[in-house]
Amino acid sequence: MPSISRARVFATTGNVSDVRTIRIGSGAGYSGDRVEPAVELAEKGAIDYLVFECLGERTVALAQQARMKNPDSGYDPLLEERMRAVLPLCAARGIKIVTNMGAANPEAAARKTAEIAKSLGVASLKIAAVVGDDVLDACKAGDFPIMEFEGSIKQLGNRLLSANAYLGAEPMAEALSTGADVVITGRASDPALFLAPMIHAFGWKMDDWNLLGQGTVAGHLLECAGQITGGYFADPGYKDVADLARLGFPIGEVGEDGSLVVTKVAGSGGAVTAQTCKEQLLYEVHDPTKYFQPDVVADFSAVTIEEIGPDRVRVSGGRGTKRTDTLKVSVGYVDSYIGEGQISYAGPGARARGQLALDIVRERLKLTGVAASELRFELVGVNSLHGAEVSAHAADPYEVRVRVAGRTETLREAIRIGNEVETLYTNGPAAGGGAWKSARDVVAVASVLLPRELAKPHIRFVEA
Amino acid sequence: MKLRAIAHSRTGDKGNTSNISVIAYDSRHYPLLRAQITSERVKAHFAGIVEGDVVRYELPGIAALNFVMTGALGGGVTRSLALDAHGKSLSSALLDLDIELTPDDKSIKP
Repeated sequence: MPSISRARVFATTGNVSDVRTIRIGSGAGYSGDRVEPAVELAEKGAIDYLVFECLGERTVALAQQARMKNPDSGYDPLLEERMRAVLPLCAARGIKIVTNMGAANPEAAARKTAEIAKSLGVASLKIAAVVGDDVLDACKAGDFPIMEFEGSIKQLGNRLLSANAYLGAEPMAEALSTGADVVITGRASDPALFLAPMIHAFGWKMDDWNLLGQGTVAGHLLECAGQITGGYFADPGYKDVADLARLGFPIGEVGEDGSLVVTKVAGSGGAVTAQTCKEQLLYEVHDPTKYFQPDVVADFSAVTIEEIGPDRVRVSGGRGTKRTDTLKVSVGYVDSYIGEGQISYAGPGARARGQLALDIVRERLKLTGVAASELRFELVGVNSLHGAEVSAHAADPYEVRVRVAGRTETLREAIRIGNEVETLYTNGPAAGGGAWKSARDVVAVASVLLPRELAKPHIRFVEA
Repeated sequence: MKLRAIAHSRTGDKGNTSNISVIAYDSRHYPLLRAQITSERVKAHFAGIVEGDVVRYELPGIAALNFVMTGALGGGVTRSLALDAHGKSLSSALLDLDIELTPDDKSIKP
């Protein structure tokens, strides 16, 4: 395996200078994402890097619980399937893989990846695990205030499960520069997974804020995979997208000067347009002049977006300012329990029977003294998504689904909520069908800001 | 006329905060969005959902507005009782807002 990136040189027609360019494919936008689009990228995308972003907000906390039960677990459950699908292709073509599928256990994920490589006959693969995002001890020692609500780490007591800092691109870039073919992290900022190959390939300085800002724009646009190629977008008659069942995942062509063209594999489903890029640029963004990242505070406010060909969109104008002295830490904790029940009514009078069912359950929860701190009573098909006020003018549907959900302090109380919906079968309005119930514990996440020097990322290598 | 005819939109989530973009299909409609889709109007539209503030950011370079709504996701995505804990469906509700076109705007084909 070559240890140096295969950064290609593209002749830019009519221009004075050539700009070195790398092609980064985005192989997953969340942990459960489709697998074949990444295979298509590796096969036909002429990519240099394949990035898998698979770590949701609370996934690390859940993975940490798994690791406590089994020290060899705690990484992404789809790691094996994804690696089996792409490792031979990537090895043959010299495509480097960067992913946060390490979740709560990047080293175990690296060992597993090495095992998979061996079993597939992929030889001499260098796999790097980036560790050090776990800052639970530092957080406990410092007792930092929670950002989302009144309280501190100490006040979470034994409900505290995990604390993981959003690491930046530096350790990943260093791993690539040391010759890693596969880089596996735990918690890292999502755009940083894409920024790392840019820093590695182009030698960008870690205080070149404008380049890091524009690189963050690229990473931000690519990190949700199909969301920029026509996924989470189609609205028939207004925004039509062809062939979503075969949605192609995006490729970012990034130049050493930060220039960016977003595209996808020719012939794949979906579309890359100015519209898809604009929607994704603002996705999960608050103040566009201050998109806080571990490596930079990126500024999206002067970004311009221009279609330069079919499924080719140029994105320019990302900037940045100096990074902050703190890292955001995602804190996982046991919040509460949620009990839920559902049942359906259909045909003439369905809505009235559904409403009667809700009234009955409301009264039953009071009569039987179910201790819930928060309750929702709603009709799916009428008002469950946007509430009674926004949905006030909704027409009567042919069928409705009753939904009651409540928050409790114990699992026992949570179970009682679903039970009260289920008993509508024999005690409620006419013709209720398809009752369903559930009760679960809620692992929630909150955030704290940690002085950056308290997180100490480092790299462990595994050879396959 | 509905906002949906001249603009598209996407919702994002972080904790208990939802953001909704409103993007003009044609940049010539941007001044209209700016004038009529105010943060006050968005807050009123989402009464019953948004408990906190609605702050509007302007992005003239891409003819878009970005609304940031705090206290909008039932206590936070990871703990919400809501069916749509992420609030992903909220953009569709925003596109249902009415918008008035001036004679000049009407000459722009959506």
